[in-house]
Amino acid sequence: MYRYDKIDQAIVDARVAEFKDQVARRLNNEITEDQFKPLRLMNGLYLQLHAYMLRVAIPYGTLSGTQMRMLAHIARKYDRDYGHFTTRQNIQYNWIKLEQFSDLLDDLSKVEMHAFQTSGNCIRNISSDQFAGAAADEVADPRPYAELLRQWSTLHPEFSFLPRKFKIAVIASEADRAAIQLHDIGLQLRKNDAGDLGFRVWVGGGMGRTPVLAKVIREFIPVSQFLSYSEAILRVYNRYGRRDNIYKARIKILVNELGIEEFTRQVEDEWALLQPLALDAPQSEYDRIIAQFPDPAFDPAAPDSIDVSNPEFGAWVDQNTHFHKQRGYASVTISLKPPGGIPGDASSAQMDIIADLAERYAHDEIRVTHSQNLVLAHVRKVDLHALWTVLRAAGLATANLDLVTDIIACPGMDYCTLANARSIPIAQKIAAKFENDGAAQRDIGELKIKISGCINGCGHHHAGHIGILGVDKKGEEAYQLLLGGSGAEDASLAKILGPGFDENGIVDAVDRLIGFYKSARTGPDERFLDAYRRLGPAPFKDAVYV
Amino acid sequence: MPHILTGNRLETGDVLWWDGSDWTLHIREAALIEPAAIEALIAEMKPAERINDLAAVEVTVEGGSYRPTTTRERVRAIGPSVRPDFALPSLPVDTI
Amino acid sequence: MSDPQIATLAELLAGANSSAVRIEPGDDARALLPHLGQLTLVEVTFPKFRDGRGYSSARILREAGFTGTLRAAGDVLVDQLGFMVRAGFDDFAPDVPLDPAVVERTLARYPFVYQKAADARAPAWALREGA
Repeated sequence: MYRYDKIDQAIVDARVAEFKDQVARRLNNEITEDQFKPLRLMNGLYLQLHAYMLRVAIPYGTLSGTQMRMLAHIARKYDRDYGHFTTRQNIQYNWIKLEQFSDLLDDLSKVEMHAFQTSGNCIRNISSDQFAGAAADEVADPRPYAELLRQWSTLHPEFSFLPRKFKIAVIASEADRAAIQLHDIGLQLRKNDAGDLGFRVWVGGGMGRTPVLAKVIREFIPVSQFLSYSEAILRVYNRYGRRDNIYKARIKILVNELGIEEFTRQVEDEWALLQPLALDAPQSEYDRIIAQFPDPAFDPAAPDSIDVSNPEFGAWVDQNTHFHKQRGYASVTISLKPPGGIPGDASSAQMDIIADLAERYAHDEIRVTHSQNLVLAHVRKVDLHALWTVLRAAGLATANLDLVTDIIACPGMDYCTLANARSIPIAQKIAAKFENDGAAQRDIGELKIKISGCINGCGHHHAGHIGILGVDKKGEEAYQLLLGGSGAEDASLAKILGPGFDENGIVDAVDRLIGFYKSARTGPDERFLDAYRRLGPAPFKDAVYV
Repeated sequence: MPHILTGNRLETGDVLWWDGSDWTLHIREAALIEPAAIEALIAEMKPAERINDLAAVEVTVEGGSYRPTTTRERVRAIGPSVRPDFALPSLPVDTI
Repeated sequence: MSDPQIATLAELLAGANSSAVRIEPGDDARALLPHLGQLTLVEVTFPKFRDGRGYSSARILREAGFTGTLRAAGDVLVDQLGFMVRAGFDDFAPDVPLDPAVVERTLARYPFVYQKAADARAPAWALREGA
């Protein structure tokens, strides 16, 4: 993992001091709320329905046991004993007080953490593949490049007042576990014919009111130049992105209005002008950062086969572990979608347990996934049973990764001022139909249900195999049903199936969809999404709107 | 339709209700405000910059307690519907 | 000190023989490049502090070698000053006067920066390279 040097720490300390100063000026009425709001947002502090909500950055979703323990401490000391892991691989707290916020930032900074740029019209936390450094299919670990982007984008003097927020994701394999085609910039690390590392550059993806899949603007930019190339993209966006309408201000709209050829030409022209400025970090800096992401000291004697005769344990191993590049190891997904739970929520006690397990069994590393689960990336298979036993006792061993009960849901109207409808209760009601029957869930197979409480789409409903969007219908909560989305390498945007439903109606509709799918699939290997793509919407529509 | 005035306290973010002379955490203690007077009241309070997101909320009066007409404001008044353990004793949580 | 007469971009491009020009957020700073030789002052307006186009305008002018006065005018708040200095501004005309003590604190805040920009500060990677 990347560790701060004195420069990184000094910048975080200065940022904390700056925000303390800003908070003091606000509390003394030296600045108005209108002036303070963008400042607090750039420190991750929102005013939500019940209180301030704080979003803490977890750069590219990677954290240590010590950091996770601090997140537990924050929850215990400043919040209500829990936190919520988000689709941006961050954590949110829902009950923060402004008057305690300075102390909270001090605590975070002790473990190299902060809340910079987790909101506001700036470059947000960089996201990445939760299996980075462990996946057998990656060309190299993408995290050093995510770290380079983190540093480049932190307090960027030109790009801190963009037309709108800006999200960048970095992956290093053909399999896309970070939804890069739904980001403002998606970077896919690859090798060219000469064997050199570079990025395929995707631009202009996004969800929200106008969902768009990103387009490739460059097949290969050498890693040594990807920061200046990003600078060129951001400059074109900062200068020409629309500022007259918040719903048309994302880069996807600029790309669509200019056309991809013209947008690409402008970026390439800008990049040519930036060349003489030598904006890119030198090789020594790449080497310094790459050296901080070494392979852990793997145990070469770790056995590759283990006893999975306990059916409950075996089901969990089948469902929640991922193939690892090192023989004898696996990557473990810790489900934060237990029966009756709130997707992505973890208690302080659970966070402490996960921190302990990471230190004991997983080389002191934890990852947050965009589907609101946690990952221990490097676990010896021979340790899986001991790990599972502890997780199970803590309510953290639900064997449902990518199954019908592994639902993404935004906080919705239970917490969020922007929401038009509640998301969490819908997720709970859908899950309740299946959560006590693991075999039935496994029989349905991979099924990604994603629920957003408003058009902004934090719950990624456009990328759901089944997407649900909460809307306001004359003061009442209503839900639209979308089908056929994917945030993976086979990215597609879900489409509305038909008229909306009330709360119970949407739950029944999902049930009918699943029933129809099971009757219509070619076999257990045909996923819900594949069946939808093969059959088209008509028979699904007939099954729902009887 | 009757209205009451709400906002969030700057220091804590707490949801507050105007009782006619001060702010309270409990919607049941709120004061009804004539719709015509709301704009002037907000304009009078805003320059102090101590209460954020000042807004009027439409309510119905049922058995002596106020019930906001929108789900959003009922959730604000009571707490997250999915965490009944946090519910304020303002309205029964199942009235969300 | 009194300013020279400040021309608009349209006036300058129409041939005004002015040594000072004002550009608005939507103006293309690169349109000034053929005229930099005659200019001693470029004023970049910020009608709203949230509109960050002026930061790009400033950097573009400095990158092109403009060494005259680069002024940020309008809704210029103390919390944006650090970014503005890094983008190349060296003069400020805020609508609401700034508290000099807060300005001093703000500009002295960050001992290090991560990026190369239009000021003379060395980015973190350059300092590390020498370490």
